[in-house]
Amino acid sequence: MKNKNGLTNLYLVLVFAVLYAPILYLMYYSFNSGGTMHKFEGFTLDYYREVLQDTRLMIIVINTLVIALLSSAIATLIAIIGALAIQRVRSRRAKNTLLSLNNVLIVSPDVIIGASFLILFTIVGIKLGFTSVLLSHVAFSVPIAVLMILPHLQEMSPTLTDAARDLGASRRDVLTKVILPIIKPGIFSGFFMALTYSLDDFAVTFFVTGNGYSTLSVEIYSRARQGVSLSINALSTLIFLFTILLVIGYYFLNRRKNRPAGPLSGPAAEMGVPR
Amino acid sequence: MKNKGKSYFLIPYYLWIALFVIAPVLLVVYYSLFDLDGHLTLDNYVNFFTPVYMRMMLNSFWYAFLITLFSLLVAYPAAYLLTRTKHKQLWLLLIILPTWINLLLKTYAFIGIFGTFGPVNNFFGLLGIGEQQILFTGFSFVFVSVYIFIPFMILPIFSALEELNLSLVDAARDLGASGWTTFRRVIFPLTVSGVRSGCMAVFIPALSLFMITRLIAGNRVITLGTAIEQHFLVTQDWGMGSTVAVFLIVIMALFMLLTGGSRKGVRQ
Repeated sequence: MKNKNGLTNLYLVLVFAVLYAPILYLMYYSFNSGGTMHKFEGFTLDYYREVLQDTRLMIIVINTLVIALLSSAIATLIAIIGALAIQRVRSRRAKNTLLSLNNVLIVSPDVIIGASFLILFTIVGIKLGFTSVLLSHVAFSVPIAVLMILPHLQEMSPTLTDAARDLGASRRDVLTKVILPIIKPGIFSGFFMALTYSLDDFAVTFFVTGNGYSTLSVEIYSRARQGVSLSINALSTLIFLFTILLVIGYYFLNRRKNRPAGPLSGPAAEMGVPR
Repeated sequence: MKNKGKSYFLIPYYLWIALFVIAPVLLVVYYSLFDLDGHLTLDNYVNFFTPVYMRMMLNSFWYAFLITLFSLLVAYPAAYLLTRTKHKQLWLLLIILPTWINLLLKTYAFIGIFGTFGPVNNFFGLLGIGEQQILFTGFSFVFVSVYIFIPFMILPIFSALEELNLSLVDAARDLGASGWTTFRRVIFPLTVSGVRSGCMAVFIPALSLFMITRLIAGNRVITLGTAIEQHFLVTQDWGMGSTVAVFLIVIMALFMLLTGGSRKGVRQ
């Protein structure tokens, strides 16, 4: 039994090592003064300096953040409406249809989402750039946010809204004073998921960015296609730290918000597919 | 009932469904009927059944199959062992954490790792195998893809294993089943739903990956995803690209029907 335990631990350690090795590898070489990813010559912060002084890159970072925050906010708003809409439908069949339609963009491969949005924007006459990227990020974030909000809405006892109505609350009061506070944790998780989806997305954005507009992942892709450059390493180290901060922040926020739920009831339980 | 009448506030959501869910699919189907010069034709569909595209399709399926298989082989034991650890929620979080890091950055890391002077080749040198061309091969493509997809395979299997009633396993052992038989006849059948959602979460994206093929496989491997990207962004042949997309949508729908249920099996 003891021996078996050792072996199983070894397997897990190996899996973790493989999962983290490339990330650590990237970070390690971001400090390499040699300029390559295979021979460590000396410690330097030059690449960090380079990244921070790169105005073009900074603009791209700001673009990415603006798109992420704006699209998640809009998507969360639409998703609240969507969750309410799905909740309102009484017939089981109609509800399932609505849910399936909701989930189409979650299960579709990114290339198809990207390609079809490209057609859509071209036909409607939307210039590729900020607007098209924003719209597509809103579009693919809505369904996941709906899925995060819906369970909270379904758990809510309908007697609560009835009681509020009986006590004379207007429809608007019921929404703002009863429903929204109850589904707040769902709204938060929805927003956070939308944020991470948007920050992470490459494939869809790649299709709908025109010339001159770029987000971080598109920029990384075009730089990586040109080969190894340690400024990408420095950049990825910074992004990695930022991501960890975001996740830890979310973890604690979530833990305070709904203590009874397990620590992984948030994004972890609902992780989607890489974008 | 109570909110009868005024439901204008629902309009944005329905508008979203119409504009971004239904319209795009219809547009892809519509565009697949046009050739490069804008003539209405079925040529794209005829072209799709030529050997070039058939080979690409088979290729794509073969790689997606390999990627799914290897992810499963690595992920199932890992998920199983994870359920046995203390602090399993923490370990699970650590498995998930890498998925939050941009996929391109992880892929980029492998350019260095698999490169001519990278650590893997150094290791091969030490072993006396000598330098190998690892980057730009089918192998590196499968490896990196499996690496990317492992967490998405572990997660649903882990949830399924968590729901498994352990007394059933004990019962099987008490009745004299060997470890392997218990796994084959009790544990695996009871967690097959997790395996199924894991396979869905891997197979379809694996069919349509294009950035990993471009960065790691150096255009050696062409998947349906690469073909769509190529047609839309490089050759500008939207008609043919849409045709490939239509087939990908059909395959996806079939696959969903076959395996049943949604890809978001994590919660269930």
